[in-house]
Amino acid sequence: MHRFANPARFLKIARPLTGWLFWSGLLLLLVGAACGLFVTPADYLQGQTVRILYIHVPAAWLGMGGWTGIAIAALMQLVWRHPLAAVAGRAIAAPGALFTAICLMTGSIWGRPTWGTWWEWDGRMTSMLVLFFLYLGYIALANASARQGQQGGVSNVTAIFGLVGAVNIPIINRSVVWWNSLHQGPSITLRGSSIDGSLLWPLGLTLLGFSLLFGAIVLMRMRAILAENKVEARMQRLARG
Amino acid sequence: MKAKHQRLILALAALVALVGAGLLAASALKDEAAYFYAPADVKTKGAEPGKAIRLGGMVVKGSLKRAADGITIHFDVTDGKATVPATFSGIAPDLFKEGSGVVAEGAFDAKGTFIATNLLAKHDERYMPRELEGMTYNETTHEMKADK
Repeated sequence: MHRFANPARFLKIARPLTGWLFWSGLLLLLVGAACGLFVTPADYLQGQTVRILYIHVPAAWLGMGGWTGIAIAALMQLVWRHPLAAVAGRAIAAPGALFTAICLMTGSIWGRPTWGTWWEWDGRMTSMLVLFFLYLGYIALANASARQGQQGGVSNVTAIFGLVGAVNIPIINRSVVWWNSLHQGPSITLRGSSIDGSLLWPLGLTLLGFSLLFGAIVLMRMRAILAENKVEARMQRLARG
Repeated sequence: MKAKHQRLILALAALVALVGAGLLAASALKDEAAYFYAPADVKTKGAEPGKAIRLGGMVVKGSLKRAADGITIHFDVTDGKATVPATFSGIAPDLFKEGSGVVAEGAFDAKGTFIATNLLAKHDERYMPRELEGMTYNETTHEMKADK
C-alpha cells in the first residue's frame, strides 16, 4: 500500500481511473434503473412501489460501505501513518452521508404506501439515522481539523471517531434479526434470495453502477483535496518569500 | 517491538473492545429495543390492560370480520405460538390483509382483547411478481411451490 504513499504515483493511476469508473458506473446505473422501471414485473403485494428497491438497496449498501471505508482509512492512518489514508477518509465522508440520506428518504417514501407510515422508531431505521448523524459529526470534525492545517485534513481524533463509529455497522446489519422490527428481515442472505429472480436482476446492475460511481466521486474528491493541499503549501512558501 | 506494531495491537484491541461493548449493549437492549411484542411475549409476560404497546404478528386467515358499523374490524393476531384477538376502528392500510403481517398500536382491554388505535402493515422479505401469487416460498430450498 505504501507504493501509493507518493501522491504523484497515486494521481497517475487515479486520473484515468476516475473517468472509467464514472462513465461505466453511470451507464450501468442508467441501464439498471431503466430495466427496473420498465422491464421487471410489479410485486404481487406492493405493486409498483417495489421499484424503489433498485435505488434504496444500493444507497443503504454504500452508506454502510462508506463508513467501513472510513474505518479502514482511519486504521491505516493511526497504525501505518499512510499519508493518503486521511485524504481518503475525508473524501468518502460526503458521498457516504449523501447515500445514507438517499437511503433514509427512499425508505420513507416506500414506507408510506407499504406500511402506512413515513417514519417509525424501529431498530433498522433508528440505527440508520444514527449512521447519518455519525457522518455529519465526522465531516464537522474533519473540516475543523483541515482548518487547523492537519495534513490531509483528518486529525487523529477524527480518525478515532471514524473507528469508533464502525460499531454501528454490524448493529444496522443485525437490527432486523436481533429485534422485532417493522422493517422486514434480510431478503438476500448467503443461502439465497427471497426476492424472485425476475425482480432481482436489475438490482445487480444498479448496485454495481452506484458502487463504481461512488468510487469515481471518492477519487475526484481525493484529487481535489490533494490539489488543495498543494495550493496551500505553495501559498505558504510564497508568503514566507 | 516497532512503534508501528504497538499502534496496530493497540488499535485492534480497542476495536475488539468496542465491538464487544456494542454487542453487549445491543443484546442487553434485546427486549427494550423491540419495536413490537409478539402474542407469545404477551402470553408469557402478561400485558397490563390500558398500557400502550405495539402488538405484531400475522393476521390469522379467516379471522377478519367487519362489524355492522362498517369501520370496525375484528381479527386475530398470531406468531405461531400464541394468538390474541384484536379490534380496530378506522382505515386500515392497503397491505393489511389476512395471512400477512401487521403491527398494531394500542392497548389491551380488561378482557384481553387488543384495542388498536393505529394499524401498520408489516411487509415480509419476499418479493415476487403477480404471476407467482398463491405460491409458497420454501425457506430452505428457495423454491416456489403452488399452494394447494
